Parts: sequence; C-alpha cells; structure tokens
Amino acid sequence: MSRLSDTLEGERKSLLAYIVAGDPNRVATIELMHDMVSVGVDAIELGIPFSDPEAEGPVIQVAHERALQSNTSLADCLAIVKAFRKTNDQTPVILMGYLNPVETMGYQKFADQAYESGVDGMIIVNLPPEEGSVLKESLNRNSLDLIYLVAPTTTPKRVEMICSESSGFVYYVSLKGTTGAGTLDVKEVESKLKQIRSVSKLPILVGFGIKNGETAAAVGAHSDGVVVGSAIVDVIAKQKPGFANKDVCNLLREIRQGLDEISR
Amino acid sequence: MSSIGNNETLYSFPDASGHFGVFGGKFVSETLTTALAELESTYENLREDETFLRELREDLAYYVGRSSPLYFAERLSREMGGAKIFLKREDLNHTGAHKINSCIGHALLAKHMGKPRIIAETGAGQHGVASATVAARFGLECQVYMGTEDIERQSLNVYRMKLLGAEVVPVSSGSRTLKDALNEAMRDWVTNVDNTHYIIGTVAGPHPYPKLVRDFQSVIGRETKEQFRSQNGGLPDAIVACVGGGSNAMGIFYPFLEDKAVRLIGVEAAGRGLETGAHAAPLNEGSIGVLHGNRTYLMHDENGQILPTHSISAGLDYPGVGPEHSWLKDIGRAEYTAIDDNEALKAFRKLNLLEGILPALESSHAVAYGMKLATSMCPDQSIVINLSGRGDKDIPTVARLDGISID
Repeated sequence: MSRLSDTLEGERKSLLAYIVAGDPNRVATIELMHDMVSVGVDAIELGIPFSDPEAEGPVIQVAHERALQSNTSLADCLAIVKAFRKTNDQTPVILMGYLNPVETMGYQKFADQAYESGVDGMIIVNLPPEEGSVLKESLNRNSLDLIYLVAPTTTPKRVEMICSESSGFVYYVSLKGTTGAGTLDVKEVESKLKQIRSVSKLPILVGFGIKNGETAAAVGAHSDGVVVGSAIVDVIAKQKPGFANKDVCNLLREIRQGLDEISR
Repeated sequence: MSSIGNNETLYSFPDASGHFGVFGGKFVSETLTTALAELESTYENLREDETFLRELREDLAYYVGRSSPLYFAERLSREMGGAKIFLKREDLNHTGAHKINSCIGHALLAKHMGKPRIIAETGAGQHGVASATVAARFGLECQVYMGTEDIERQSLNVYRMKLLGAEVVPVSSGSRTLKDALNEAMRDWVTNVDNTHYIIGTVAGPHPYPKLVRDFQSVIGRETKEQFRSQNGGLPDAIVACVGGGSNAMGIFYPFLEDKAVRLIGVEAAGRGLETGAHAAPLNEGSIGVLHGNRTYLMHDENGQILPTHSISAGLDYPGVGPEHSWLKDIGRAEYTAIDDNEALKAFRKLNLLEGILPALESSHAVAYGMKLATSMCPDQSIVINLSGRGDKDIPTVARLDGISID
C-alpha cells in the first residue's frame, strides 16, 4: 500500500486541496500546505506553474502568472515538497501540471527527483493515456502514480481504457469547461460515477466546480472524495497580508464539515 | 480531384495515431479527445465523399476565386540576375490570403457535423477574417479570440470581423498575443464542445488538425505543380514559403515532397536578429517541446516555460510551428532559414516598386529569401515563392515606420 492509497481508501471522504506552487511565493506555499492539513485536508495537489495553462479558468490562470513572477520552476516545486516532508511524512502530495516543464527536465530525471522529494503522484492535464506510456513507465519505476482524468464527454469504451491505465485514483472532471467554471450537474456526475465504478476498483475523486460545503457534500455523496481548487486559489488571491491563512482555513473547514456529514 | 490530401506517394504521415515521427500527437485535456475523434472520423469519411468534394471544389472556384495565378516576376528576376522567380498569387484569393482555403473546408466539416457555431484564434486578423467570412457565407455563429496587444495593432481587421457579424473576444492573459488567443479558444472549445467547431488557423494543434489543414491547403501546391509544368515545363528547382505556424508552406510543399529534386525552403521570422533572442524562429533556434496539443520545435526556456516572441509581422509571431515542419526538418526533406524585420521590409518595398504587388509582411519574408536565393542560382533555374497574402493590412505599420500616421 502506498501513502496515497492508504489515505484515499480510509474511512472518511477524502478532501484534496489544489494550490499553485509559488503563489505568491515558495515560503508561503509550504506554510499553507501545513495549515491546510491542520484543518482536515487529506492530500495536496500542487500545481506546477506554466506560462500557457490552457485548461485553467481565469482564477487559476492568474495564480500561475503570480507563481511565475516569483520564478517558481518545476525544480522549485520539488524543493517545496521536500521542505514540506521535513515535518510531514503522512499527507500525500500530487503534482499537477502541463507536460512541457516535465518533458524539458526529462522524464527519468523528473521521476527520480520527484520520488526523492517525497512526491506521491502526478496528474498531467494535457497528457491522455495514448501519449503517456513512456512517462508512466518512468514514474512507476519510482513507485509514483500517474493519475488520468475522465471527463463528461469520455465514451464508455475510453472510461474502461483510462481506468485500466490509471493508478492511485481516477479523477473525474465534473463539467465541460475550465477549472472553476459553471455549476455542477449532480445527476450527471452520479450516472458517470456509476459507470466508472462498474469498471474500476480505484477510488474516484471529483473535481472542477466544487466551491463550498454544500457542493462538496452533494458530490461527495457519490464519490470517494472531492478536489477543491479555484475556490481556494480565489481566496489566496484576495487574502490580505498578515492574516496568515485564516480565510483559506475557514473555507476548508466548511468543506471538511460538509464531507464529514455525509460520511456518517 | 477524386479525393483530397492524397500524395499518391510513399510518404504517409501522420501515422494512424497522428504522429510525424516523434512530433505531432494529441496532447489535450480529456474533455476534447472525443471531439477530436469525431472530427477525425467525419473527415476520413468526407474526404472521399463526392458531394463534399463537389461543394469544396465549387466554393474554392466560385467563392474564393481559385485557381490563383502562378506569375512570372520578370522585372524582379532580371534585377536579381539569377534564377527565374515565380510568385504563387495566394494574395488574390477572396479575403486576401491563403487562410480561406482551409476555412472553407472547416466550415463544410462543421456543417456536416451539425455544429452551428465556430470559433477561431487570430494574430494578425487574417485567419479571423477568413473564419468570420465563411461563418457569414454558411450562416454559422462565430467568435474570434484575439490578444489585446494584437487588437491594438490590427484595428482594421478587428472592425472587418465585426462587419462580418463575428464577435471579437479580447484576450488579456499571458502575453496578450496569438498564443494566448489560442489558449483561450481551447478553453472555449472545452466548454462548448457539443455545439462548436474550432477552426485552428494553421497546421498546428492536436491531431487531426495538422493533417486536415495541410490537406485543405495543399490545393496551393497541386495548382503550382500543374501551372509550372504548363507555363515553364518540368519542376521548379526550389519552393520558398514563410513559416509561422506553417500552413501556407505546408500547402505548397506537400505535393512536392516526393519530388526530391525540388528544394523546399521555409522562412521563419528572425525579428530583430536570431542572435538577439527577439524573434519567432523555433525551427532555427528552438528545441523540442509540447504546446497547444502537439510535440514540435518550440521557443521555450530551460524550465519549459514558453518564451515571448517578436516579429514585425503578427502572423509569424508564434513560439511554435506545425509538427510536420519539425519532422521535415529532422528528416532533411525541407530546409528552414530566417529573415529579419529589416530584410522583410526591404522586400516589401521592392515588390511594390518592381512588380506592382503589395505583399503581406509575412509573405515578404519569403520574398526576401527568394530574392537572395535567386542571385546564387542560374537563369535557367527557377524558384517559386508562395505569396501567401496581400499587404493592405500592413500599410499602417509600414507607414508608421516612415513617420506617417494613417490610422
């Protein structure tokens, strides 16, 4: 069992929190990671800043821009995880990003260093399984999971293929659109999750469009957990300096509570 | 024309998974994979379908005005004192550039897929205008994404798109230019994939776009081959075309790929000079990476972040290039060189003075290199330069350099 599967297969519904590494700087990111864990986040998705984040909505786009302004590279993301691991060897950390920075570093070099830094898995937004086999080999050799996405438009045949290629968990993108967009159609999510469950034993987490305790509970009722991104990043952008991470923590407490209520 | 895109040769790229060797592919978010598969299967069915081919042929003839002439530039050739220079006059197409060739094909595909809405990205505005034009022609809703930087530089085309009934959506993220407009168009497509067809303006993007756009544009090369044979006999010694994303170049190169005696030369934008870093020449100076759905040569830094580009011509101002060009470079079938802003401007002026033809600044890069090349060749040799567009849209830019304001 890995740190990731131990966590996701536990009793309570999982809460994954997404932030962009280096938004607004590296030290703040490490602090925020610890703070988020302290209010009930089960695993952290750390966004790798990229100049052209084509799948992101406006909130996360500007977070990438802020992180690039503080010169946060892929190597820095790994350093952030390593620093976080000094006092936390429990909480899984998954890197999420676009292929080019990883490919530029080199797949094997990246996989080796990610493992060494204490990374648990990887999500690459613009890498469908058809293009992912080489990277997957490098990652798996270092016992890192490569997590693929399933979308509302994914055909039943592809759902099966993607689930068989995924490890760690299956990430269901709950809406057609970019991160942080629109409103959720819980009925549609429910029926798609049934379909995924029928072909896969992996935990299913749902992301995109989860904003608060209410939406988290609605989606969490059918999944093994939720991923919250834009809602957190939006609060970070508005946070006043000197107030630590109070607002982010309040939001996460509310979501945690929403999830815990349905767990019972 | 029994079908389109058949080279009738051994060259059979991209392969079934959309790759040209290591280049190309489908590097997109999962939401788009189904739409790409639908586009691919629609196209594979239609490219042999008589009705579709007739519609395409008739629109290219009666709406676009094809075939475009192959013109022997006698005074320019004499002035250079070397090879004979021919110009493939894509500037004479409806809307003034080669972009319309592919837009007509895309609009017909959208119609056959039952998608009432099209979106496009644009830099200089040429592809935006061509997309807005076919949208009007086929009764489709149209939104064009354009960087705010480019909207300022190309106010004429922006207004023209509005006249055509399209909505121009300003993009103020990132560098506020073509690449960011492309990001934003992808975001729109992910959101509205059910009713929307995305018309990518060049031979880039995820498979099947590079193949699709190449096939639609290869009418340029097919005509050139036939016209050259009947007007001059034989084959030209070299073909020269400018390369931003590379659609006009791919269109004229493709039917000549197996004619190994014909040199194929792509001309990138050297901007302020290759040594300055302020250019848009990924095939000359870049390295392999992944952007906008495909693996190709890119301008990016040691951390994999995409670099800002510069060219006097907005249409070449792009950090990537179509994956088939990367492949043709690596297998040695095509050569890629670069021309800077000043050389392009000189060629722009020279073609006006010697031939009475106003080339687009993009095409002026090809003209500049063609002129250089001609001087190194003999009078019994010939060069075809793809004059991909006309330069009316660039008059304000050039006038400004002359200290005259006509905006």
